[in-house]
Amino acid sequence: MTAIVQFENVGLRYGFGAETLSDLSFSLEQGSFYFLTGASGAGKTSLLKLLYLSQRPSRGAIHLFGTDIVTMARTRLPGFRRRIGVVFQDFRLVPHLSAYDNVALPLRIAGVSDAQLKMPVDEMLHWVGLTDRANALPATLSGGEQQRVAIARAVIGRPELLVADEPTGNVDMEMASRLITLFEALNKLGTTIVVATHDFNLLGKVANARMMRLDAGRLVDPTGALRYPPRTAPAPDAPRW
Amino acid sequence: MVGAPAIDRAITAGSANDRLLPQGRLAGPMPWIVAIMIFLTVLACAAGIALGEGAATMRDAVTNRLTVQVTEADAARRDALTNRIRASVVRLPGVAAVRVAPRAELARQLEPWLGGDAAAAEIPIPALIDVDLSDGGAAADRARDAIVRAVAPITPDARVEPHATFIAPVIALVRTVGWIALAIVGLMAVATCCVVVLAARGSHATHRGTIEIMHMLGATDGQVMRLFQRRLTRDISFGAAVGLLAAVAVILSVGRSLGLLAGDLMGSIGLPWWGWVVMPALPLLFIAVAWVAARITLHSALNRSL
Repeated sequence: MTAIVQFENVGLRYGFGAETLSDLSFSLEQGSFYFLTGASGAGKTSLLKLLYLSQRPSRGAIHLFGTDIVTMARTRLPGFRRRIGVVFQDFRLVPHLSAYDNVALPLRIAGVSDAQLKMPVDEMLHWVGLTDRANALPATLSGGEQQRVAIARAVIGRPELLVADEPTGNVDMEMASRLITLFEALNKLGTTIVVATHDFNLLGKVANARMMRLDAGRLVDPTGALRYPPRTAPAPDAPRW
Repeated sequence: MVGAPAIDRAITAGSANDRLLPQGRLAGPMPWIVAIMIFLTVLACAAGIALGEGAATMRDAVTNRLTVQVTEADAARRDALTNRIRASVVRLPGVAAVRVAPRAELARQLEPWLGGDAAAAEIPIPALIDVDLSDGGAAADRARDAIVRAVAPITPDARVEPHATFIAPVIALVRTVGWIALAIVGLMAVATCCVVVLAARGSHATHRGTIEIMHMLGATDGQVMRLFQRRLTRDISFGAAVGLLAAVAVILSVGRSLGLLAGDLMGSIGLPWWGWVVMPALPLLFIAVAWVAARITLHSALNRSL
């Protein structure tokens, strides 16, 4: 399997403060499913920001889709971002757009016409159980509904890498299971999934998922399996859920 | 794979993408500020052009004219001197026409000060000989000198007065006011640019969240910029149209009032045909300048994010 993401001695600091992330070295294999865990403040969201190109690292090297994105020109980033789906912890829906238009946004940005995007958007809204709320503005949706819109928006473009920050934090168990099933289905189609979560119930729901754990900004990787993943199949002693 | 131009068209065209930024743009003050500025700018421009045209008309009208004034108390001798001067001057090179102002015309002009019996009374009113020169510039100067030389031997009391001498301060004043008006046009253009820059910055700050989301979803700076620019251009165009129409209405109204004034000074002030071309072009120029200012401002603001 090829590595879709490679971190080498990556560090991140905001301003002149202490490093939020230190010495991160790992690879994410294409088509794999990862859970990212860690205590609050461990740096999960910061790591995800590096993955979805919202931040550049203070040091180290990051290769995404085989390309060095640390020194990459800013003008080339949009092309890479279109290959990444993101579920933000705070949803970040566009407040004046309906649920339908929020879900359709990545397709519009990618140049899909209104006629062509109707069917996939309707299907996606149906999948997350929001067909009857398609015309609702985010302010009128519950937290769980907003989260489902955010997830639908993240996956509708069938990204190569899906990064989700606490995607089931505001939904009930049944909806959480549905969403994880959706992520698994995407994963089977080849999308690499990284889900940051505090919910340990989720960890056992995905077969072959691997766990990454952050502790005070450092990756806990005692076996080295994250840094040097086996080329064909996960090592027997690699953490698996 | 969809090509970049197609993507840009998709994101910046069509009603669905209009919704990416909140609606209700005309509720904001920007179009109305632009309307007021364009209104004042077009008025200043029209004033500048009209005054410049008026100054040129006045200058053309008086540059080639002069008056010989014969100040002789004795009426018979004055008439004789006038005839001699007229006969002498009319033969000089560069003189197109010579006309002795009739006594009745002089009396009519003096009537408000001297009363209706001015001509009949024994008041020594000078005789006036109006001379039109055929050429302007250096030829006019030469003709004027020749007239002075021709008149002096006939009577040393006659005075040769070029009209340009006494109208020159008025022309200079009118021309100065015209330049001031055009300078105001320049200042208004700068102020309009500043307003657009502030509006673009404000709009960028207001929609920062939406811009960040669009960036994270893969939108390019060009796509984001075009959304804002289209909005700003629409607002500015609306303001410019309102301002231009209001200014044209005022100009037509003032022009009609000026037309009713019979005075030479006011009568010479008017807009030439090309003034009516410049005025609608001015808002278009402002829109273009504002478009560039907005683009530079937004580009700079977007460049500060990743």
